[in-house]
Amino acid sequence: MTELTNRERMKIPRQEMPTQDPGVRRTNYDEVALGFTPELAQQEANRCIQCKKPKCVEGCPVGVPIPEFIKALREGDIEGSIRTMKEKNNLPAICGRVCPQETQCEAMCVLGKKGKPVAIGRLERYIGDYELTHRTCPLERPESTGKHVAVVGTGPAGLTCAVDLGRQGHEVVMFESLHSPGGVLVYGIPEFRLPKSVVHAEIDYAAECLGIRVHTDAVIGRLYTIDELLNEEGFDAVFLGTGAGLPSFLRIPGINYNGVLSANEFLTRVNLMKGYRFPEYDTPVKVGKKVAVIGAGNVAMDAARCSLRLQALQEMEGAAVHIVYRRSPAEVPARVEEFHHAEEEGVIFDFLTNPVEIYGDENKVVSGMRCIRTELGEPDDSGRRRPIPIEGSEFDMDVDMVIMALGTSPNPIVFIDAGGLERSRWGTIVANEETGQTTKARVWAGGDVVTGAATVISAMGAGKRAAADIDRYLEGESSPW
Amino acid sequence: MYKILEKEVLGDINKLMVIEAPEIARKAQPGQFIILRIDEYGERIPLTIADFDREAGTITIMFQEVGKTTMQLGTLEPGGELATFAGPLGHPTEIEDYGTVVCVGGGTSIAIIYPIARALKQAGNTVISIIGARNKDLLFWEDRMRAVSDELIVCTDDGSHGRKALVTEPLKELLEQRAIDRVWAIGPAIMMKFCAATTEPFGVPTIVSLNTIMIDGTGMCGGCRVQLTEGAKFVCADGPEFDAHKVDWDLLLARQRFYLDEEKQAIEHWEHECKLEAMT
Repeated sequence: MTELTNRERMKIPRQEMPTQDPGVRRTNYDEVALGFTPELAQQEANRCIQCKKPKCVEGCPVGVPIPEFIKALREGDIEGSIRTMKEKNNLPAICGRVCPQETQCEAMCVLGKKGKPVAIGRLERYIGDYELTHRTCPLERPESTGKHVAVVGTGPAGLTCAVDLGRQGHEVVMFESLHSPGGVLVYGIPEFRLPKSVVHAEIDYAAECLGIRVHTDAVIGRLYTIDELLNEEGFDAVFLGTGAGLPSFLRIPGINYNGVLSANEFLTRVNLMKGYRFPEYDTPVKVGKKVAVIGAGNVAMDAARCSLRLQALQEMEGAAVHIVYRRSPAEVPARVEEFHHAEEEGVIFDFLTNPVEIYGDENKVVSGMRCIRTELGEPDDSGRRRPIPIEGSEFDMDVDMVIMALGTSPNPIVFIDAGGLERSRWGTIVANEETGQTTKARVWAGGDVVTGAATVISAMGAGKRAAADIDRYLEGESSPW
Repeated sequence: MYKILEKEVLGDINKLMVIEAPEIARKAQPGQFIILRIDEYGERIPLTIADFDREAGTITIMFQEVGKTTMQLGTLEPGGELATFAGPLGHPTEIEDYGTVVCVGGGTSIAIIYPIARALKQAGNTVISIIGARNKDLLFWEDRMRAVSDELIVCTDDGSHGRKALVTEPLKELLEQRAIDRVWAIGPAIMMKFCAATTEPFGVPTIVSLNTIMIDGTGMCGGCRVQLTEGAKFVCADGPEFDAHKVDWDLLLARQRFYLDEEKQAIEHWEHECKLEAMT
């Protein structure tokens, strides 16, 4: 095959990934995006013009050598492509599915200036999935350094940190409070967006290769405190990647009625506990006929789309799911693709609307919700325009379930008896952005527990930077405390 | 996996199990709870720790067969295993020398009040205990409770053993007759509600241990939230013990009933599966 010219490459249209039809997929929990075929992957890889100074890499929080992995892929060297990827990213099958590429690598792609950027995320997913099936280049475990690291939390930050430390030969134990590792990848992100089999395969593969031990059912703060890990259990360093797991509830009347629940509870019932397969699985999950999800982040989209599927599984007639958001479509914080998928599947959006009271019936079950219309004023601290209630615009919404998806904050249990660990007034850990070092000796932190709820890939980036710093410390190259 | 070491059937419906969980046993204190899950298909349920043995590395749990999970748990035997056993969760009971305290335990919760009464006694309190159940067959640990109490009052609803009374009756008499510094009341929500109503006019601080629906047990889901006079709290992370006089009992009772239909469905499904299994 003759080499294509850049002009020819730029003429190839961006390849669309096959997806389940919206009408069909809203009735099942199977993955929405079906992945590239080898032909589509080849075609898409051919679009990359191999910039000498690739901007896409600058857009990636973990610095994946993007042009190199794409080049290897299109030259038929899929193993080389995977090896290149794994230099920087150990979890490509996950990242390829949940990264907001449109604001990161793909936003920087030069092809995007005149046309559409290379579908980097889809190619990443393609090679990631290939590797999970074929296991062509297992991570190599070097000789043990004899140093022990406790990684608390097995979500994106902890996983990344643990794998990077394992690759340096350190002995790593991951502590997980739930019965299954993966954190938000398992309890939060739904099956149809990120199949749990992919998460488990990715974690098992890495842990097996590197001899990482996963201690589930371990609630740090209660079972072991951080000080006990450091002083009694023989760990030389501790990384805290415990995320932001504590749900927020609006402070309005009726908030504790039956049928008002956090998105965390709803999604955990559905995803971690497989409530959508009740009674085959024991954990029940209820869905209303008229559901209102409050908030418009990724979690809100997930809760809304899970609600649609549960309604379809129960063959409810006249059912509806609303997203109630106090700002306008321009401020929606969710990934574009999730917002788009939710719209396609029939979620109704009520913008510039804010709940003020939830009504309950004689059994204290939700029977309606009073809302007020809002308009946007000046930007607030977050840089987004502040919603201002419009006086006299109150109205009642006919709903029987209200799901709160208003953001989350760090779970304080891990901080029990953790003297010297400084936290902000939002409950997040104060840590150095570059190194992850906290104010407590031999303790590092990264991910949502430091930043507040953010993205999977930014947590991975933080886990990676902390792993590098922990490694420097363990090798005696630096001792910050 | 967590091994079941011992099993004991106490009366008609109460079952005790000793679970091998050395890491939890190191840290467990009275008043705390664990979350268990039987197998891959199981739900996560909270159970308050009935006893612990740090040297043997065991945790004792007591349960009544009321739902699918506890019924299935009741079929397991020593040597069997549980998929999940996480803890110790929640805040321990605040044990101090308060003076004279009353410990009320109803039904299965006698197992929970026992380690609390024992710790209060060890801390120097005069401990008066009241244990009660519907009938004689549902009572247990009378001897153990007697051993850690200065006085023990036993009652049954039907009078088949001890005094024929609800636990609130002797509780009220004690409050009228003596200076009581603090009361613990642990049992079914309805019993705790009425104990709270009994002690409130006397202004005696009263502690209850709430058992609500929860999933993770660490503050993540918020399904366990309870309305107190000062606002909502999470039973798992802020409790499980609370000031009884601040609890919105009617909301608590309503929240406990939210999944009743599904609980029935789960039991039917399970009994059907058991029949199929028996046939093959």
